[in-house]
Amino acid sequence: MASDTDTLKSELAQSSGQFSTFFVADLFFGVDVLRVQEVLRFQQMTRVPQAPEVIEGLINLRGQIVTAIDMRRRLRLPPRSGDQMPMNMVVRTEDGAVSLLVDEIGDVLDVDAATYERPPENLDPAARDLIRGVYKLKDRLLLVLDTERTVDLAAGRA
Amino acid sequence: MQDQEVIREFLVETHENLSRLDQEIVELEKHPKDAALLASIFRTIHTIKGTCGFLAFSTLERITHQAESLLSQLRDGQRELSPPLVSLILETVDATRKILASIEASGEEGPDSFEDLTGRLRAAAQSAAEPAGQPAPPQAGSQTAPPEDNAAPEPPEDKKPEEDATKSSAVADANIRVGVVLLDKLMDLVGELVLTRNQILQFNTEREDAALNATSQRLNLITTELQEGVMKTRMQPIGMVWNKLPRVVRDMAVAMGKQIRLDMDGAETELDRTIIEAIKDPLVHLVRNSCDHGIESPEVRARAGKPPQGRLSLRAYHEGGQVNIEISDDGAGIDVARVKQKAIEKGILRPEQAEKLSDREALNLIFQPGFSTAQTVTNVSGRGVGMDVVKSHIEKIGGVVDLFSRPGEGTTVKLKIPLTLAIIPGLVITSGGERFVIPQVSLLELIRLEGDSSEKHIEHVHGTPVYRRRGSLLPIAYLNQVLGLESAGRAEAVNMVVLQAEDRQFGLVVDGINDTQEIVVKPLGKQLKGLTVYAGATIMGDGRVALILDVLGIGQRSGVLAESREQARAAAEQKTQAGIEQQRLLLFRAGSFERLAVPLSLVARLEEFPRNSIENAGGRKVVQYRNRILPLVPLREVLDSGVEDHGQEADPVQVVVFNDGERSVGLVVDQILDVAEETVTVRQKSARKGLLGSAVVGKRVTDFLDLNHVLEAAAEDWFQGGGASASGKRILVAEASAFSRGLIRSGLDMAGYRVLEAANLDEAIRGLEHQPVDVVVAALDLPPKGSAALLEAMRRRPEWEAIPVLALADTPEQVREPAVRTAGFQDCQAKFDREAMLESVARLASALASAEPAVCVAEER
Repeated sequence: MASDTDTLKSELAQSSGQFSTFFVADLFFGVDVLRVQEVLRFQQMTRVPQAPEVIEGLINLRGQIVTAIDMRRRLRLPPRSGDQMPMNMVVRTEDGAVSLLVDEIGDVLDVDAATYERPPENLDPAARDLIRGVYKLKDRLLLVLDTERTVDLAAGRA
Repeated sequence: MQDQEVIREFLVETHENLSRLDQEIVELEKHPKDAALLASIFRTIHTIKGTCGFLAFSTLERITHQAESLLSQLRDGQRELSPPLVSLILETVDATRKILASIEASGEEGPDSFEDLTGRLRAAAQSAAEPAGQPAPPQAGSQTAPPEDNAAPEPPEDKKPEEDATKSSAVADANIRVGVVLLDKLMDLVGELVLTRNQILQFNTEREDAALNATSQRLNLITTELQEGVMKTRMQPIGMVWNKLPRVVRDMAVAMGKQIRLDMDGAETELDRTIIEAIKDPLVHLVRNSCDHGIESPEVRARAGKPPQGRLSLRAYHEGGQVNIEISDDGAGIDVARVKQKAIEKGILRPEQAEKLSDREALNLIFQPGFSTAQTVTNVSGRGVGMDVVKSHIEKIGGVVDLFSRPGEGTTVKLKIPLTLAIIPGLVITSGGERFVIPQVSLLELIRLEGDSSEKHIEHVHGTPVYRRRGSLLPIAYLNQVLGLESAGRAEAVNMVVLQAEDRQFGLVVDGINDTQEIVVKPLGKQLKGLTVYAGATIMGDGRVALILDVLGIGQRSGVLAESREQARAAAEQKTQAGIEQQRLLLFRAGSFERLAVPLSLVARLEEFPRNSIENAGGRKVVQYRNRILPLVPLREVLDSGVEDHGQEADPVQVVVFNDGERSVGLVVDQILDVAEETVTVRQKSARKGLLGSAVVGKRVTDFLDLNHVLEAAAEDWFQGGGASASGKRILVAEASAFSRGLIRSGLDMAGYRVLEAANLDEAIRGLEHQPVDVVVAALDLPPKGSAALLEAMRRRPEWEAIPVLALADTPEQVREPAVRTAGFQDCQAKFDREAMLESVARLASALASAEPAVCVAEER
């Protein structure tokens, strides 16, 4: 148990305590604010035929080519309604910038480390793999997205 | 007088060296015994001296030469470093700076010849050279050094503020090192700026606002200039690489007693930095080759009526968006006959193939791996790594190597190299509503089939679309199908691009062909790396992303190019290597076996004997053959034991003769069928004695004869005799395939070795533990992790440490791979090169045998 709390602590230590938040379907996610490069409105995309289906396409971010991953498909959620335009949340990863297509962008939140908890065991495996933990906010739960795992398409497939 | 470019680079380089030197000397004062530091300082001074000599700056050369002698004494520990000496060296550095400033300003070394400093350096060096004992050097140093401590360093320091600030440092300060990543980023941003500018210009034409018009014009100009400027930052003159060549040529000429003049033309030709880097080594190699193989010695040249001094010329120029670099010499040229002969010796060609080869094809042989025509191995070339490496390096960056040679007149190597790796010309096409770019290098031609004729032109062979292009069939792929895009419906015309991937061509049908553009290649993210159909992506003029097609990947995915990259390469090599990796098999019939095979490499000859010439000796059938008695083994009796049906035996008798040194044995078969040359495909091990297994040869199932068993059964004395050469030696054969193992074993058995078999690493280790082994023969691909793992395991156990390991590679190419060569095996041979393998085993086994007694003797004493 002691080691468990230790890893919890080290996970907390890595984060700044501030999260950029966003919505995907009815899920409320947060990404460490330091990992977020920028937020963009929906951009024209270039489709990539034969690519994994979670990849929506490629966008041109000031001369840099960035892969856009649809978070709905990544989390195996039903698709957005036709007129709903996703937003680009561009995050920095070890492999350069990657855009996450989300439904809506929320505020930047300060969270209390004491409210942190591991994700529940019975979470859908598709989501569980990508969620590091949960902050129990007053009115809702903030799910901490593991961006590295999210952009690693090999993860969370089993 | 001098080439300004060279001097400028010399200045930059020397300034850099000097600033490092300052730091190092100061550091040295703190750690006077630091040998590495001393060596580094020595090297730096030496470099400056060498360059000065080349550029004929005699004063500077003199000073640095003296300083070098002094430093070499320090480095060799002949004397101790003292503060006065440090000052003296620092003064040298200052003097060097001063001279550099003068060179920069006027191109001359200036009036000051620094006699005083040179003299003191010389005195200091000499004082140590005299064996005056310890106190003498410091004295000698301190006699001259203290005054310089006070006086000499000061004047330069006085001057420095004005001089360095204005001139000397001008060159050094005019250059800064910038990370390529930053440059790339700037390039990206400028690209975006260009797009934004285009949009604004578009916007401008719609409005009619004078102020906006003027501003956008300015923006236009500035952006264009900025773009050019940023593009230039990555470019460097090829002279950067050429600088090193005069020295290389000079050294080689001296070493080989030749006279070589080096002409360089077009050193200012600019290339992308990454390309400069990539061609550096190939270029040096080519120049060395020309000096070594090309230009003859003065005597030979005189005899040929040529001036004694050979000429080597380098030429670089832009042509059609590419840079051409020519390296030509007026030497002996390439002797095509010798190239062919060498290729035959090296096993690259068969003699009959060599005859058919045109001179041009023969010249290209020198690009084959492992080829070198140098009669003797010199320290500069002729080590068998050469032109093939040059070629692969140049091709890796999208370049082409051409070779022209005329016997007696010289050789020219022409490199065609793209200006940059980052920008390539590409053809923009559309398919399924998306835009794609095809790299121009893969593009051969565009074909448009209009109207009704379009359908007629594309024919189908068993459902596969093909097109008759100038008499030959071109396989066709549809891009929409390959990428799973929705088809645009029936078009009135078919647009087809003819593409080349490696050596093969195919047609790709697309919806529309737009135009060609210079595109900037950008890599795809990790998530898309697995897609072989794309080579990258680029940003088009409208700011949107377009994917760049990987022609090879498209070809493979569509099935037009069925083989993988490696297989394709292997196939291409097979063409030239004439089936070395294929097994040649002798097929024959005997008894109830319709199709039997033995490796042809084991067969000495095929003979026919009249039935009545067969005699009986000692209960055995023999025949007189070449003044000897050849024992005969009737194969049908061995295989179909108990069945004796002499009635059907043919006359004359067909005999396959096997040889092993002095002894021969004849195998009587019913009929010789054929010699097949092919890669054995399906393999099945046989439980039946006398057979190794079955495989499909020439589309028919063929049984492979276990020669070892057959001959042993029928002519045991044949083996007893043979055992003498290698008796008692135990060989462990580690190879996964039972079939290959059997083949290897049969060869070793016949040579009289005792053979243990192992199918994997564990079995091999168990085998070694079970009984002592003299030589291990292991396939490189031994499961689970290759034979290197076995080698490693063996080297960890002292009792196995000395056992030699022969690695067996699948192909002759693999044998030459550097990784294999350096893995630590005692030898490596191709799996099916039986003779080489046996020779190697014999050598390794005897090396061990002769080594052992030596050790014993040593221990007894």
